[in-house]
Amino acid sequence: MSEQSDRGPLPIPLPPVGEGEVVSPAGDAKKIRIATCSLAGCFGCHMSLLDIDERLFGLIKLVEFDRTPLTDIKHCGPCDVGIVEGGVCNAENVHVLKEFRNTCKVLVAIGACAINGGVPAMRNNIDLWECFQEVYQYEGGLDGGQVPNDPELPLPFDKVHPIYEVVRVDYFLPGCPPSGDAIWKFLTDLLNGREPKLDYEMLHFD
Amino acid sequence: MQQFEFSDISRMLTPIFARHDVDASRLLQVLLEVQDACHFIPSEAIDQIAAHFDVPRVNVEGVAGFYSFLSTRPVGEYRILFSDNITDQMLGKDELMLYLCNKLWVEPGKVSEDGLVSVASTSCTGLCDQGPAALVNGWPLTNLDRNRLDLIAELIRSRKPVADWPPMLFEVADNIRRSDVLLGQPFEPGAAMRATLARGAKETLAEVDKSNLRGRGGAGFKTASKWSFCHAAIVEEEGSMICDVGGHPERYIVCNADEGEPGTFKDRVLLNSYADLVFEGMTVGARVVGASKGFLYLRGEYRYLLKQLESVLQKRREAGLLGDAILGRADFSFDIEIHLGAGAYICGEESALIESLEGRRGRPRNRPPFPVTHGYKGRPTVVDNVETFACVAKIAERGGAWFAAMGTAQSTGTKLLSISGDCATPGIYEYPFGVTVRQILADCGAREPYAVQVSGPSGTLISWKEFDRRIAFEDLPTAGAFMVFQRKRDMFQTARNFVHFFAHESCGFCTPCRVGTELQKKIMDKIASGHGTASDLEEMKSLGHILKTMSHCGLGSSAANPVLDTLEKFPDVYVRKLKALAFEPAFDLDGALETARKMTGRDDDWAHL
Repeated sequence: MSEQSDRGPLPIPLPPVGEGEVVSPAGDAKKIRIATCSLAGCFGCHMSLLDIDERLFGLIKLVEFDRTPLTDIKHCGPCDVGIVEGGVCNAENVHVLKEFRNTCKVLVAIGACAINGGVPAMRNNIDLWECFQEVYQYEGGLDGGQVPNDPELPLPFDKVHPIYEVVRVDYFLPGCPPSGDAIWKFLTDLLNGREPKLDYEMLHFD
Repeated sequence: MQQFEFSDISRMLTPIFARHDVDASRLLQVLLEVQDACHFIPSEAIDQIAAHFDVPRVNVEGVAGFYSFLSTRPVGEYRILFSDNITDQMLGKDELMLYLCNKLWVEPGKVSEDGLVSVASTSCTGLCDQGPAALVNGWPLTNLDRNRLDLIAELIRSRKPVADWPPMLFEVADNIRRSDVLLGQPFEPGAAMRATLARGAKETLAEVDKSNLRGRGGAGFKTASKWSFCHAAIVEEEGSMICDVGGHPERYIVCNADEGEPGTFKDRVLLNSYADLVFEGMTVGARVVGASKGFLYLRGEYRYLLKQLESVLQKRREAGLLGDAILGRADFSFDIEIHLGAGAYICGEESALIESLEGRRGRPRNRPPFPVTHGYKGRPTVVDNVETFACVAKIAERGGAWFAAMGTAQSTGTKLLSISGDCATPGIYEYPFGVTVRQILADCGAREPYAVQVSGPSGTLISWKEFDRRIAFEDLPTAGAFMVFQRKRDMFQTARNFVHFFAHESCGFCTPCRVGTELQKKIMDKIASGHGTASDLEEMKSLGHILKTMSHCGLGSSAANPVLDTLEKFPDVYVRKLKALAFEPAFDLDGALETARKMTGRDDDWAHL
């Protein structure tokens, strides 16, 4: 498969703005398209995205959401920014992730799971086979239980992986989840054509 | 798995406790003895040890889990650890280890079903000049080949105690190939002490200062400065009256014999054949800074030297060179205690070494304050390398000017080099500072030398273009390792070996080092397995920068050297292994679904990637 590797500026470079506001693009310029998804994650990062609160109204003037859990679009069209929450735990995650990489110019890993594997990766110390036997066969009350094998179910990997092990990632936005403010700062930097940069206060959690 | 009854454990622990007092600094020594007796540290023993020292159980568990020679799970009755340095690998270690495992029906890294034997790898054992080497229950096995392994397998199967094995298996040669003032000239025990006492402590410090001696452990800090800082710390304390009860504040002399840098083995030879010189140097240091207690921190790999070192100490006590009233001077008493390490490279860092001396995990301290002011038990402590103390004894005997006349302006005296790898005569070479790499390579009979790793993985890799560079603090500083590689060697594998070493030895305290060394290892393995891309090389460069600038101690800040050096000097070895694509997954996607396919019996399109 072909991997896009251009990492040039976004189509509409915006003039720099003060904190908490975004300058609208001139006239009828095309809106920036953003896609988001959650792989092996808890949607907590998406909740945090909604935590930018009323700033969403400003944001929506500048961007259009493509495939996201909010729009229920099933597949990505060509996008400017792809934001991926969660790590890679099964075959379907890989298909989704590759679709994002192929259609998004800039790919962002958001949150601990996408960056390190996070909580789902805690299963990495447990043998997959033993785990599934325990859950589907040995657990009390499961007479004749068997490991589900419907082809519609995504097949799990031996271990949970961070997304950078599967596709090239342009930016990492750490946190569990990153705060709404951190996400806002990150997005406005990106939309204004700046290299995203988070201050220490937005990165430490205690 | 062996089961231990509570009363068994008590019976075993009682004599061990009797040998050590209840000071928690003895914890590591007690654990080493328990490991010996049981082949691991049973959980019940941890409870009793914690109670004995009156420390929380987690402290004991923390120490037991930190050192690689301690184990909280049973290892084999015969525990064989193959030295995993690159020089051992070049001599066929991997193949030999598999050979032995096949003979003994045991998987590498596991314990045989009957609990008889376990075979695994360990970091460099300091026997690179006579490898491939291994340790069996702590005893060094040298010059391993199939014949010797056949014999060893037979001995293990017949359950012969290691003490009764043929001595030729354990022969460790000094291999001194070139000697100069340190190794080549006779030394009479006591000579340096008599000269020191005749001259006086202050004057002896002046001689050490005049000699311009710099520490031989690699960093090259001026020894006289270190000693006078220690002295100043004491004077300051005494001046402001924060002395201990009793008036005279305690201070310590520590000899760092935790020679963990892969490829270094000069301290092994000094301690084996020149122990008097080293102990005498420590005693001189004690006189200068006014210490009455010294420690030799002996790395676990050199435990086989313990007995003979103890007897050297005993002889010195009998000769009036150690103990109370040394050489009849009522105002001078000093004694040396040997403290064993247990397989942790990080303990070569002086503040980690002190932590380990105090019986804790070897975790480097925040510096400053430096050990010269706040060292062992918070007291002023001088920590110097084995070779430094040997030099000190010579300087005390023959004067600073004599010493300063050798070597170069900034690097006086001689340096012991531990030479191994692709050369005809590996061993110890003593040269005056300033010698060229080319000269050394000619002397050791290097065949088609291509690259040299100077001062071990944390040091510098030099290519054949740089063989006119000199061994000296001004150009190529070194702690002593000198590993030679000929043209046919794959320098990528060398770097990968070193990267694995650092990932294994990181103490885990600071994130840049703990995570950084592990990421470095992952990327090197990815490249080795043929999945590497150009972006991985860029990633390693930025990772190297983080390791260098953000790590807590020298281990992390030098852990990227092997990668950065090879990337700079031998970029071809990486490029040859890269895939042309801009990006490749770090693991085999389809392969990682294999377990799930077997589990579900699926083989449809969606079950593959």
